[in-house]
Amino acid sequence: MTVTSVEKDLEAATLTVVAEYPATLDQVWALWADPRKLERWWGPPTYPATVTDHDLRPGGMVRYYMTGPEGDRHGGGWRILEVHEPTRLVLEDHFENDDGTENTDLPRSSMEVSIEEVDSGVRMTIASRFASPEDMARVLEMGMEEGIKSALGQTDDLLGADRG
Amino acid sequence: MVAVHSGVPTRSPSGSGQLQLGDAEVDRLFRALADATRRDILVQTCNGDLSVSALARRYPMSLTAVQKHVAVLESAGLVRRDRRGRESIVKTRPDTLATARAVLDALEVQWRDRLERFGEALAPEQQDADQPAADQQGAQP
Repeated sequence: MTVTSVEKDLEAATLTVVAEYPATLDQVWALWADPRKLERWWGPPTYPATVTDHDLRPGGMVRYYMTGPEGDRHGGGWRILEVHEPTRLVLEDHFENDDGTENTDLPRSSMEVSIEEVDSGVRMTIASRFASPEDMARVLEMGMEEGIKSALGQTDDLLGADRG
Repeated sequence: MVAVHSGVPTRSPSGSGQLQLGDAEVDRLFRALADATRRDILVQTCNGDLSVSALARRYPMSLTAVQKHVAVLESAGLVRRDRRGRESIVKTRPDTLATARAVLDALEVQWRDRLERFGEALAPEQQDADQPAADQQGAQP
């Protein structure tokens, strides 16, 4: 099992996941720093990610879109806040409008990625934080249909769910 | 920091390494979502409250069967049922804490899958590192 712990803090609107891999710091960092590698894991098989811009420096942007089963595209991006290769990455994740501009009405979340060496290889900790519980509620209200649908694409595969 | 175990907030020491007992909540979420009818019920109620009987008209099954589906969604914290006269009205949970939990649970599902894919994407990196030095310059460390 890759994921070694999950913590949820409702009041701080934070999810922290920790995973360990038998790999080196550089190998793990490469999966963030190389856009073609990032595409291989960021999106699920049903909503694969395509990275269109990738500037992993403070103030830089990473932009991507997910492609749904009907060819529908959903754009998003990262504003990079901190980079300490190969152990730390802090970014702000946001949605994009259809024209590719940042959607400032929708809530944003921040991600702190910490990568450290351990006996078994590398431990990667990702803390994903919404600005507030209200932001989280908005994500649920307006994104539940999309979010649930895309998450469901994964559960369909994982659970062999019947199709209605 | 308050960690949520089985829906009851408890104080716990901070720090990673503690396995989240919310696994049961995640299991309930998976089970709730692993059915096409329940997913459809969820999508319909996102657009507005609906009575169980109005929902049931959409599906080729008995009212009882639909009620059971709604009960599973309710136990996962995704909807709640309010009685309005003789009707049972299904609505998505507006309560912020429950909403936050549902969002965090959904986020957890998303991240668990992502982290598995991360591990799979690492495998080619490690194969390259394990390649014999036949076509590499210099001595191996």
